Amino acid sequence: MRTVVFWVLALAAVGFGVAVFRVDSMARATFALLASFLCVGGTMVLLDLHYLGVLVVLMMIMEMMVMAVFMIMYMMNPAGLMPMSMLHNRRGALIISGAVLVALVAGVWTVDWPERAGRPPGDPTRALGEAVMGAQMPVMIVVGVAILATMVSAVVLATDRGRYDGGDR
Amino acid sequence: MTLQAFLTLAAALFAVGLYGALSQQSIVMLMMGLELMINAVLVAGAAFWFYLAPASADGQVLVLVAVTVMALEMAMGFAVVTALMRARDVDVTDDAGDLKG
Repeated sequence: MRTVVFWVLALAAVGFGVAVFRVDSMARATFALLASFLCVGGTMVLLDLHYLGVLVVLMMIMEMMVMAVFMIMYMMNPAGLMPMSMLHNRRGALIISGAVLVALVAGVWTVDWPERAGRPPGDPTRALGEAVMGAQMPVMIVVGVAILATMVSAVVLATDRGRYDGGDR
Repeated sequence: MTLQAFLTLAAALFAVGLYGALSQQSIVMLMMGLELMINAVLVAGAAFWFYLAPASADGQVLVLVAVTVMALEMAMGFAVVTALMRARDVDVTDDAGDLKG
């Protein structure tokens, strides 16, 4: 049963991922990406990662709502009124990504993966919480500072005033 | 469900994202490609944790960091696009090649 669900989610995730670059509206592309993320969140729940799976689902719903606004702001082909190609160097991109796919898949199926070490804890969420509040605490500290730095620098970049309050232009 | 199946899914998502990041003209669509690539990292990280080292939580912490990186990447990307748009009315990558070496 889980295997069937996994393959359905996997095919849907890749299918929606392809749709992101196939649909001609950037707003639709945003929702295709959201669907792809929801499928990936589903596969994580299949791996008993309930907390991280739900976290991905919730975060991506919020993120794609914000993204949809930006997509509409910067839409190249609003409502399909100006049919145009949004691509450049299509052949090169296809060749490179195809080669990367072949190399990665070949690696996945030929590498001799190590044996599974240990068993999953009864409650992976609890194990994660104890890790980030214990041995992995520096990771959480760095992530926290990075989020703060991003908030400050994103606002500084996006506001409509440079140094000296726009006097330099 | 095997490790190989999950990693194949991750490889497919990564390749699709790479195609998008390389082929899209619009900077915001390019960022969608990057997001798909990080999406692949999430799948691979979760699968490595479950199938190779479930005893320690390191794999889960890695996924947590990747999720954060994805959100930060999007925030900074949009801030840069907005700054570029304000300064030069540019929203496609071909017009923003100043650092091309």
